[in-house]
Amino acid sequence: MNEVGKVTWDLVDAVASDAMRLCDEGLALPINADKDLAPAPDGTPASKDFGDLLVSECFIPQIVYSTTFGYRTDKVKSKPTSVCDVFDLEKVPGKRSLEKKPINNFEWALLCDGVAPDKIYDVMGAKGGVERALKKLGTIKDQVIWWTKGAQTPQLLADGEVVMGSTYNGRLFSVIEEEKQPIGMLWDWQVFDLDGWIIPKGTKNLDAVKKFVRFATDTQRLADQAKFISYGPARKSSAPMVGKHAKLGIDMKPHMPTDPKNAKNTLLFNYEFWADHQDDFTERFEAWLAK
Amino acid sequence: MAKLPPYLSTPERLWHYGFRVLCALIFFFLIFPLVVVVPLSFNAVPFFTFTKEMLALDPAGYSLKWYENFFSNLNWQGAVRNSVIIAFFATLLSTTLGTLAALGLSRPNMPAKTLVMSLLISPMIVPLIISAAGMFFFYSRIGLQGTHLGVILAHAALGTPFVVITVTATLVGFDNSLIRASASLGASPTTTFFKVIVPLILPGVISGALFAFITSFDEVVVVLFVGSFRQRTIPWQMFSGIREHISPTILAVATILVIVSVALLVAVELLRRRGERLRGIQET
Amino acid sequence: MAGATQQNGDVLVTADGTPLRISLARALRRQKIRALFLVAPLFLFIVITFFVPIVDMLFRSVENSIVSEVLPKSTKLLVEWDANGNALPPEAVFAAMVEDIREGRKNRTITRVGQRLNYETPGMSSLFRSSGRKVKRIKSGPYKSALLKANKKWGDIETWKLIKQFSTNYTSGYFLAAVDAKKKPDGEIVRVDEDARIYIELFKRTLKLSIIITMMTLILGFPIAYLMAILPTRTSNLLLIFVLLPFWTSLLVRTTAWIALLQQQGVINEFLVFAGIVHTDSRPQMIHNQFGSIVAMTHILLPFMVLPLFSVMKTIPKSYVRAAVSLGAHPWLAFWKVYFPNTVPGIGAGAILVFILAIGYYITPELVGGTEGTFISNRIAYHISGSLNWGLGAALGVILLGIVIALYLLYDKIVGIDNMKLG
Repeated sequence: MNEVGKVTWDLVDAVASDAMRLCDEGLALPINADKDLAPAPDGTPASKDFGDLLVSECFIPQIVYSTTFGYRTDKVKSKPTSVCDVFDLEKVPGKRSLEKKPINNFEWALLCDGVAPDKIYDVMGAKGGVERALKKLGTIKDQVIWWTKGAQTPQLLADGEVVMGSTYNGRLFSVIEEEKQPIGMLWDWQVFDLDGWIIPKGTKNLDAVKKFVRFATDTQRLADQAKFISYGPARKSSAPMVGKHAKLGIDMKPHMPTDPKNAKNTLLFNYEFWADHQDDFTERFEAWLAK
Repeated sequence: MAKLPPYLSTPERLWHYGFRVLCALIFFFLIFPLVVVVPLSFNAVPFFTFTKEMLALDPAGYSLKWYENFFSNLNWQGAVRNSVIIAFFATLLSTTLGTLAALGLSRPNMPAKTLVMSLLISPMIVPLIISAAGMFFFYSRIGLQGTHLGVILAHAALGTPFVVITVTATLVGFDNSLIRASASLGASPTTTFFKVIVPLILPGVISGALFAFITSFDEVVVVLFVGSFRQRTIPWQMFSGIREHISPTILAVATILVIVSVALLVAVELLRRRGERLRGIQET
Repeated sequence: MAGATQQNGDVLVTADGTPLRISLARALRRQKIRALFLVAPLFLFIVITFFVPIVDMLFRSVENSIVSEVLPKSTKLLVEWDANGNALPPEAVFAAMVEDIREGRKNRTITRVGQRLNYETPGMSSLFRSSGRKVKRIKSGPYKSALLKANKKWGDIETWKLIKQFSTNYTSGYFLAAVDAKKKPDGEIVRVDEDARIYIELFKRTLKLSIIITMMTLILGFPIAYLMAILPTRTSNLLLIFVLLPFWTSLLVRTTAWIALLQQQGVINEFLVFAGIVHTDSRPQMIHNQFGSIVAMTHILLPFMVLPLFSVMKTIPKSYVRAAVSLGAHPWLAFWKVYFPNTVPGIGAGAILVFILAIGYYITPELVGGTEGTFISNRIAYHISGSLNWGLGAALGVILLGIVIALYLLYDKIVGIDNMKLG
């Protein structure tokens, strides 16, 4: 909230796209990965350890998460196997929950309308692309409950309000493994995104903040966070250290979105494309919703 | 209920009872939602419905864990503290300013009375989202966004119309000759104020203060924009709770708040009656 | 008056010899000042904490200095450029743009221009962002080809027309967007594409739902206000508690209660299934739609209808209807011709109050309205805290505020603001 001239926070948890924007606008502090962040235990510098995930000079990645689908194992007519089953009301009848924004939904709609995975953004950005995506979404529109917060789909699934719905994979993990709800994961065409820290410009406790960040994002800490929720650590060196869940004692590796079995078909959130089109597409999406 | 006169025809009798049944249903509609949250807040499972065990009055179906959660959770306890602090200071501010203004407005010689009155009441009329957005931008610029003081000032502004209205209403029946009588007996204006005016308008002031208190205590839109996590109030916490993760703790909080509102209602009602008695207005 | 004064020539004077007229005027002025003195603290308080912020926000709906502030050199040169011709701006403009972008990159303001222009034409955000990154590689001219190499959109005349169009300090752009219209670079105002129209629809829906809610509160409020008015005071005071309790209960408590009642697995649906009225797989959808908004808001606003109705009905003498009936009117006719017209001020007061409150509602529609049951306020909140398109949020706010003020004046005309009562 520095934009209106005031810094309320010392450290902010942000998704990659927000971090990039805040960095561009000079509201977040650029960091020097090798200087400010801890090297891997074997001495690999942080910039190498995080690799491509350092998407912005202000962004300190923590986790890789994905947006994907969960379904009620006891309420679906047949088990969904492909993301396109979301659009198939005959195979999986019943309400589904989708996020109330065009991002991800447009990608899945075009994919299931027969667009090749590597052509999705070309088609979406071209004339008629949005119409095509909305037309595909229109086939299930009256069966969709739109969510705005990540906790809604798990709640809707647990309450039986929907038979399937999209949300962040970690939330589904909690509701399946911790709350023992009859819910299954559909990993097909999950969309990867990153979450991490940014340091707002103007913070008064810079030294303490940097000390904390250095500690909180070292190899062990990032691996430890996977003891609680199934989000992939952003460091390569943390991956082999992912172990068992702190309370349940189950192996966390097969629950990671990056596990090869889960990551057969994946998309990566396209920051550049959505930075340009988010405003416009959201307006058209909202107009479509209102009709 | 009064006995029906014997001369009524059958349709008239039917209408008499039919109308009362209709009204009973409407009263039911008004009160049922408030009543229903009470038993649900004792639910043993994290859902918003009556379970079979609950309906069978099986003790296993009931639990106090949502209350326990409310009283042990630091987020909720912080919210209670913030709500009370903010509402207290906002009430103090709006009651003081509002009462003074009402005294001024009730003077027979107040110029541009209607215009001033309508401006002072406007915080009650302007949609909250507009007030909240405006305050968000402006308070941020002067460094009040995300501070308790900012939220208190904002809530005081929202609460003053209620004080102005209730105190002005009390002053409608005010007999100005009492002031002259007091003065003619040698009392200074200050003495007159505290010994004559204050006791007479006190019920109006207190009931206005209660309105101002509940306005702040209930308010969520402005807190969402002007406040930050540090200023989270009970409604703030409830709102984000409902949007994020809807647990029966919210119903436990709701039950507590219903009890608080019953207490406030009783207080206002007693004050109103006392005020009418003091001013010698007959109950009709 | 004559008692305190004496006839002295042809003017009345007070005991100390001042003419009475002047003395009275002086006393009056003193009283006026004293009254103003009492009102002043609150007045100032409201002006500073409430009016200034709102007026400040309203300016955001037309304020547009960002483009000319961040791109000062190029926008100045663009004034000379003929946007209606078919030629790209001259080399000097490109050179100025490179300088502006370089400066904007340094101050980290360049992406904000992109963001601002992106509201008008998608693609501007990435144009400025990528140019900002590449501009440091441009060491020397010719700048035109260098910029075109950085991003080919610089070769599109529409880009330049857009920058020229929005380099003014004030814009009608946000207001036009708020009514689903836009201004083309040549000044012509057109409606936006059919599939992007949303705000007119949303305003219409807000009005429609507010009218329905007002009607519902009237339909439900009239009978109970009437019942309370005809019952003895002791009984009606008891019934009044049923109206006042919801009035005093937190808005969020009532909204939460309706979520518990209306949701798919909620109390009402469970009951319907239990009673065998509906099958468990075909539970009616009662929340996250217009129905949810209407029901919850009718409940929340009902006291605001009942209380003014009741206070008016209390004052209608019962003898009116009795007189009409004794003169031979059917009870229905007596009610309709004699009683009902007397309640109209109460209906007017209640209806306008409920309508004003409904039209600006935010919290309840946000939680139970889903997509089709949301109001214009939800959209304003979205632009203030979600999309960060503050200008558009402010423009929508101005329009909503205009409607509310008009209604407020109407209320003042019908009821009089000084007659407003609570509880």
